[in-house]
Amino acid sequence: MIWNWEFAAEALPILLRGFVNTLIATVVGTIIAAILGLLIAVAIRTLPRWINWLVRLLVAFIRNTPLIVQLLFVYFAFSDIPGLVNIPALAVGCIVIGIHYSTYMSESYRAGIDSVPPGQHEAATALSLPPVRTFTAVVLPQALRATIPSLGNYAVAMFKDTPFLFAISVVELVTSAKQFGGSTFAYTEAFTLAGIIFLAASYPTSLLIQRLDKRLATY
Amino acid sequence: MTDNFTTLLNFLPQLWEGIQTTLILTIAGSIGTIIIAVILGLAMTSPHAWLRIPARIIVEFFRGTSLLVQLFWLFYVLPLLGVDLDPLMCGIGALALNYGAYSAEVVRSSIKTVNPGQWEAAIALSLSPTRRMIRVIFPQAWALMIPSLATLLIQLLKGTAVVFFITLSDLTDKIQQLRQSTGDTVFAFTVGLVIYFVMAWLIQELMNLLERQATRRLGRRRPNSRSDRRDARRDAREELRLDRLKSRAAANDGASKLGPAGQGGGL
Repeated sequence: MIWNWEFAAEALPILLRGFVNTLIATVVGTIIAAILGLLIAVAIRTLPRWINWLVRLLVAFIRNTPLIVQLLFVYFAFSDIPGLVNIPALAVGCIVIGIHYSTYMSESYRAGIDSVPPGQHEAATALSLPPVRTFTAVVLPQALRATIPSLGNYAVAMFKDTPFLFAISVVELVTSAKQFGGSTFAYTEAFTLAGIIFLAASYPTSLLIQRLDKRLATY
Repeated sequence: MTDNFTTLLNFLPQLWEGIQTTLILTIAGSIGTIIIAVILGLAMTSPHAWLRIPARIIVEFFRGTSLLVQLFWLFYVLPLLGVDLDPLMCGIGALALNYGAYSAEVVRSSIKTVNPGQWEAAIALSLSPTRRMIRVIFPQAWALMIPSLATLLIQLLKGTAVVFFITLSDLTDKIQQLRQSTGDTVFAFTVGLVIYFVMAWLIQELMNLLERQATRRLGRRRPNSRSDRRDARRDAREELRLDRLKSRAAANDGASKLGPAGQGGGL
């Protein structure tokens, strides 16, 4: 086993600096995905049939094509537009990863909204609440209860997908590990530490989400 | 635009090479995924702690670290430890280990959700544990796990795009070459994304076929299958027709009662 503690100690601060970008991408991406996912879920429920079909096709398309290719696509497409050359790669990454995962989250929202008993809808109609208030004050709060744990799971999945930002040269955790390895040949220490950091961040979060899931479960 | 298409036509042989690399990775990765998933999944349902606990640790390890970390570990670190794999093997290995760990969880939960009566019946018939698993439990669990496996295999297809980081020339790499030779980002990437989309659709169709086959072998209907939906639609239509007939009959009834009076009013 080739393991050098000095290299490991040297790598750690560099990796943690990269980790900041990983966290930014995860947090901003999750916020974008959570908002956009809800909008998609509501749009699919309310829009007329032909445009609904179009939205669903687009969602399936984004869902079933690789995130890396989407990242490269948007990154290069932006760099072709003269006004947008200076847009930072990290911003592009956050937006693309957010849109990619919004297609997954919209499915969770849909399932959550469907799980609200129809009686709730009927009661709100009987009380002559306007449709918007029925949705925001009656249906959505109950739907979110069922949705939040699965949104959390997608946030963890997104966290593990942030290394793909390497493709558009964002210096996040894995990229900084690779750069450190490239300059010192201490690949073992760099990548092993990167893996440990991922595990240390994602495993407790998954356990937390599991507990949240049990706590929020209504049935 | 016509320029783009002639470039694409000239580029087709190279594009096909890239597609082949992606297909090899997807197919070999899927086979590896399913083998690893079944082994680890069965180990996780084992009554012996010495099988269950290591399997759980392996699964959590590969689920918790990122695919790219695993890929780079195989590609950069293993040679330092004296194991030299070629890039294609690294790619297949990383994909199989990562998605195998996710799928192992699917296998485990499917085996756990098979009706407990089936376990009891197999024990009552004094089938050996191996035969019980192979002949009774696994076929039923298999039908349950296919939809989730389909999702994971599509994820795997999407994951194959990472291999261009380790110098493999897959579809993603070819798309970038196409982008450079046409100078049209939108065109090149649209072509590439559509190819990926079609491949994902093929995986979905294949898994649907497998699911139909698996449920048929159990003598069951697939839940919400096409024929189920057709039947439901037919029933709904029939009900609507009866409803309409009934209301028309009621209206006629009312009309015939009113009829003479109406005529009378006319007169």
